[in-house]
Amino acid sequence: MKNTLIIAWKETRTYFVSPMAYIVIAIYAALAAYYFVTSISGVLPEATVRGYIIPTAFIFTLLSPIMTMRLLAEEQKLGTLELLMTSPVRDYEIVMGKFLASMASLISLLIPTVYLVVLLMWFATPDIGPILSGYLGIILFGMATLSVGLFASSLSGNQIVAAVVAMGILLLLSIIDLASTYVGGIFTELVLEISITAHLESFARGVIDTHDFIFYIIFTTFMLFLTVKSLESRRWR
Amino acid sequence: MQNTTNTPIIEVNNLTKYYGDFPAVENLSFTVNKGEILGFLGPNAAGKTTTMRILTGFMPPTSGTVKIAGFDVIDQSLEVRRRIGYLPETVPLYTEMSILDYLDFMGQLRGMDKKWRTRRISEVIDICRLGEYRSSLIGKLSKGFRQRVGIAQAVLHEPEVLIMDEPTIGIDPIQVVETRNLIKSFGGEHTIILSTHILPEVSMICERVIIIHEGQVVAIDRPDNLSERLKGTERIEADIRGPFDQVMTSLRDIPGVQEVTRTDRGDVGIYNIETSSGADLREQISNLVHDMGWGLLRLQPIQMSLEEIFLHLTVTESDKT
Repeated sequence: MKNTLIIAWKETRTYFVSPMAYIVIAIYAALAAYYFVTSISGVLPEATVRGYIIPTAFIFTLLSPIMTMRLLAEEQKLGTLELLMTSPVRDYEIVMGKFLASMASLISLLIPTVYLVVLLMWFATPDIGPILSGYLGIILFGMATLSVGLFASSLSGNQIVAAVVAMGILLLLSIIDLASTYVGGIFTELVLEISITAHLESFARGVIDTHDFIFYIIFTTFMLFLTVKSLESRRWR
Repeated sequence: MQNTTNTPIIEVNNLTKYYGDFPAVENLSFTVNKGEILGFLGPNAAGKTTTMRILTGFMPPTSGTVKIAGFDVIDQSLEVRRRIGYLPETVPLYTEMSILDYLDFMGQLRGMDKKWRTRRISEVIDICRLGEYRSSLIGKLSKGFRQRVGIAQAVLHEPEVLIMDEPTIGIDPIQVVETRNLIKSFGGEHTIILSTHILPEVSMICERVIIIHEGQVVAIDRPDNLSERLKGTERIEADIRGPFDQVMTSLRDIPGVQEVTRTDRGDVGIYNIETSSGADLREQISNLVHDMGWGLLRLQPIQMSLEEIFLHLTVTESDKT
């Protein structure tokens, strides 16, 4: 646990001294604000944050791979992975440390959007429940996307490859539910079940469905498990 | 080193590692005593890096066992890793961190407490002479400094065993000398295994040498014994003015001469004379030339290049077996 925190803290520091952190934050803040404004500018505007919760899913499928691409790929390229893996640190502690750091960068994206919530509360009386569940939803969704990004980053020493692979996997997992009408039987269920975006909708509506909650937890755990295995496999090559 | 005792701290038994069907290391066995400096000498792809990676617990062997300070590298990997300082061939540095931050991070990972870290970081910064750059970003440092930072992290936690893969590769000659002295100064306190393909380096630093070629041990010996054995491979180059054929035959007749080849340059022949068993035949050659009334323009002993030594050693050793 201590090793996990040491690695997480080091990664977080590295991330926030790089310009990448602020570029990503700025991009997300601008997009969230844009979706927010368009969603409350209709004829019958609703005092909710749904306007940017759902598009956030799409934005995260693009930004998460960028936030995670260097985490393990760079260690491989610099040769520091060999150092980490010969330090008295377990492989899963390395992966968990990196994952926690990526969670910190994800939370940093969401902080500026609190401003939009404040605006909403200033000018209207929104229902707090859906706002909180919406945020919980995108944090869970973000966790899932980050775990895919981290896994992709463990595959090679090339950051670009890591980002592209992660985006590919995430886009596929986001749109796979569209295929449900073309397949039959158990596959319809399966396709709907593994779609990472389908599980977000209940949260955006203000419902915390344990089914969806558990989906994200299991999905993330599974991806992190694969990442640990992928690191371990470096030892056997 | 006077501190050397006869307790083996590293025990390697029948170590074998295959990459697919390719044997990188085969049946390697050796022990290293506490405080000893052991050199791993071998050409590229001889299996040096593979052996070191197994010793550090980075990868498991296909078969065989390695024990460090009594702990098995596979079953008690974490215990082993706590006791090892490792400098891989590509110095593992986070380029976007400062030297201080980097060393602090490495210290934390090795479970050093704050007090110990503070003391050791300032010590290693002094030892490796990194003082004026302690707050510089590692990415901005020259190769030689990076190498020293790599060494600093390896000795930071006062490990019992220090494993260094080609510690002097790619740095300038002055820094090479400094680095060698630095490593030598760690002997006695730490048990050191280092790999190199530079022969003189081994005789300068190490007390014992393992020569490894294509994954097999070719020789394990003290460096002076080894260079004695290698002396048999000396060559002499001589520029002699005189009738080519006659010079050739006369040179071949000198006892101890094994092979003579010639390149002609005008009326001067450049003779490449291979001598056996460390005999210095320069006097005999100059006497011969003088007695015959030829002209001796140059007489020079040629040191065998590393490649030739390896060739020689590996060929002769495998002939013996």
